[in-house]
Amino acid sequence: MTKTTVSGRKQPLMYRLPVISHFRTSVGLQRGMLVTGLVLTLAFLLTAAFAPLIAPYGFAQLSDAAGTFPAQQPPSPAHIWGTTVGGYDVFSRVIWGAQTAFVVIVVAVVMSIFLGVALGLLSGYFGGWLDRTLVVIADAIYAFPSLLLAIVMSIVISHGQSSFWGGIVACSIAISVVFVPQYFRVIRAETIRLKAEPYVESAKVVGASSARIMGRHIFKNATRTLPLIFTLNASEAILTLAGLGFLGFGIEPSSAAEWGFDLNKAIADASSGIWWTGVYPGTAIVLTVLGLTLVGESINDLNDPRLRGRKKAVAGKGGPDSTGAARTAPDTAAPEIEARLP
Amino acid sequence: MTTNIDTPGTGAGPVLDIDRLKVTFATDAGDVYAVKDVSLEVNPGEVVAIVGESGSGKTVTAKTILGLLPETATSQGAVLINGNNVISVSEAKLREIRGRDVAMVFQEPSTALNPVYTVGWQIAEGIRAHAGSGGGKVSAKDAKVRAIEALRKVGIPDPETRVNYYPHQFSGGQKQRVVIAAALALNPGLIVADEPTTALDVTVQAEILELLRDLRDNYGTSIVLITHNMGVVADLADRVVVMYQGDVVEEAPARALFAQPKEDYTKKLLAAVPHLGRNSASAGMVERAHQGGKVLVEAKNLTIEYPGRLGSPAFKAVDGVSFTVSEGEVFGLVGESGSGKTTIGRAIAGLNRTTGGSLKVLGYEMLNYKERTFKPLRKEIGFVFQDPAASFNPQLTIGDCVAEPLIIHANPSAAEARKRVGELLESVQLPASYADRFPHELSGGQRQRASLARALILNPKLLIADEPTSALDVSVQAVVLELFKEIQQEFGFAALFISHDLAVVDMLSHWVGVLYKGKMVEQGLGNQVMGNPQHDYTRKLIASLPVPDPDEQARRREAFRAVLHS
Repeated sequence: MTKTTVSGRKQPLMYRLPVISHFRTSVGLQRGMLVTGLVLTLAFLLTAAFAPLIAPYGFAQLSDAAGTFPAQQPPSPAHIWGTTVGGYDVFSRVIWGAQTAFVVIVVAVVMSIFLGVALGLLSGYFGGWLDRTLVVIADAIYAFPSLLLAIVMSIVISHGQSSFWGGIVACSIAISVVFVPQYFRVIRAETIRLKAEPYVESAKVVGASSARIMGRHIFKNATRTLPLIFTLNASEAILTLAGLGFLGFGIEPSSAAEWGFDLNKAIADASSGIWWTGVYPGTAIVLTVLGLTLVGESINDLNDPRLRGRKKAVAGKGGPDSTGAARTAPDTAAPEIEARLP
Repeated sequence: MTTNIDTPGTGAGPVLDIDRLKVTFATDAGDVYAVKDVSLEVNPGEVVAIVGESGSGKTVTAKTILGLLPETATSQGAVLINGNNVISVSEAKLREIRGRDVAMVFQEPSTALNPVYTVGWQIAEGIRAHAGSGGGKVSAKDAKVRAIEALRKVGIPDPETRVNYYPHQFSGGQKQRVVIAAALALNPGLIVADEPTTALDVTVQAEILELLRDLRDNYGTSIVLITHNMGVVADLADRVVVMYQGDVVEEAPARALFAQPKEDYTKKLLAAVPHLGRNSASAGMVERAHQGGKVLVEAKNLTIEYPGRLGSPAFKAVDGVSFTVSEGEVFGLVGESGSGKTTIGRAIAGLNRTTGGSLKVLGYEMLNYKERTFKPLRKEIGFVFQDPAASFNPQLTIGDCVAEPLIIHANPSAAEARKRVGELLESVQLPASYADRFPHELSGGQRQRASLARALILNPKLLIADEPTSALDVSVQAVVLELFKEIQQEFGFAALFISHDLAVVDMLSHWVGVLYKGKMVEQGLGNQVMGNPQHDYTRKLIASLPVPDPDEQARRREAFRAVLHS
């Protein structure tokens, strides 16, 4: 690694990708947190991707060749996590639920990220009345409890009920209404900071158009914090989706499996000793959110050189040759003196 | 004065003894050996200067003396202060040593003071942290009396009242005096001053150096002075330690070092220091050159105001300034911070609006500035920024950055752009292959040359250089200035060269204007302004500039005192 930096070459693309570069710079407890988060998140992603292969039954399946599923069965070889009051297989619904959660995250984040970033850039760069209006709107949205807003949106869009895609889009839009202001705020703040950077001024002096300055000079530099917000928002999206489902504004059980909805149906079971209908979807929510949050928090800590832990330097080991990248500048500056001074 | 603290350093032994110090930092790119092998001694009442360029390990050495290294550092060897090894003592013992035996003066006085406490409180904090004469606590009242005493020592007028002032009520130089007062409060035998005058204007710098000298003469305080400025060294130091890449290159008494440097590195370093009056661009000229050509910039009674906050009047950054820059001429603009020199440069490039008078840039009246109508003229104006690290987009390669003006104005093919970038990089003496590198992979001097290449790629008629070398090391600065001079002669563009450093401006400019608080107090040929200044301010400015020669500096110091008291 030291070698590549000294020779002035860029590191291979693979090592510069967000999560991988973070993994490589982490040590100790921070690495432990990141790895735990990554394992949980990866498990979630794999479950979502291979749900049809993992789940023994469909999410809305009520019977198989052996006949109708019994209701509220405790875990048994046929239904390893038991069945619900409606006769669904808990294990299958938890597995399929991962798929729903994943699709909602992707659709919600994609919808909010484009709009939020674009608005943030424009608002931060141009300022003036546009900026003031957008900030007021964003603040107004912040003032609402996000779940309440999501409920209102869900009613407006799908009248509270819908099919798989209808439900997903309704949930995603409801969630993205809450997220757009977050991306907007972050990108706007970065844009305002970058606007005063000498390299942006130098582009202005050169005569670059506003579109070019925003696209080429500000955009790339402003989006470095996005992986972090992405992971944190993903966990929030799951919670909002589960919240909607729990309150009954989610997706119908016949359209898709949804953890929040299943939890809602498990309320009555809890008091009568039927633990398996609530524990498994609940654990799924907790683990997924935990995984995503751990990844996000680790990235946050690793991005900040002051929070990032390092291996202790070994005193006296190595020689002048093993000096790292920090030496590049003086080393290259030295020949300058040699060459130019009498 | 209270004398209940034992004043160390009155004994025969050295106040500070550094023995084979090694400091290693753990970074993302592996271990960095910041200090490799440093041994030095400081005797009572002695001023030892540690000089070196950035990365030489001088600041790390200074911080080790107070045990202020960050957690990522590992140090070896011994740093003995009155028999205590700072590297190995406990945290509690270290706190005892700090302030009582050794104190620090920081570079930036405005950040070294806490803005929400009075200066008296901040000085007293150090006093109260250490036990009083009877071993008990020092009362708040006693501490305040001693704080007033300390302020009086550093020459703050009316200390009884000023002790209750907040940091923002002091000027930069006075703030540095307060920081020094805080360091002095417990009468430490040793003061470590890390670039104590770098953030200050040159006239204020002279006063602070005077103060440090008085402290040594009157109280026998030893001073470790960390600096990159050879003039400051010549002014104050008894002995000089030259550091380069973590090693001590040379150690000698100040006079001997400046007169007969032994090591090659020291010789080069001294040769690179700009020296007022030597190597002047206007040497031998008797009248203003380049007056036949077109006038590119014409300012008449130019006024630039920054709007004040609600209720307070607008701030006049530039106040009725008139000057012209003709084709092929290098106009040097000198002034201290707040003089309005940068504002003028930015106004010419259309980055600041003018508010009064008239400023014509290439015939365009900037008072009626509209980005759309000014844009075609932008290709005739190049701009070199102060900080080369910040003026390049970190995401683009040097080639992309340098080609940017060309792509915007000429829309060339990729191959043409590449060829032109290669040519330009070579004319600023960088290999054409550097086009593929990223800005952070270049050294400061290389980046500033690339920045020059970017400013020149469209062959502009006018170049504005705003402090282009003040972020660079002195040896690199010498190279960049020499290059600038050569290129200016080769390309023949007119230039507005803005700097706070008189010697640097004199090296490059044919015609020099001196700004003071937004007004142009004097302008004339470089050699005349520097050699025979007419205005009082110019005289003070020139007299306060320390030169890298102890004997000459001693004479200049007397002259400066004369200017001050006249």
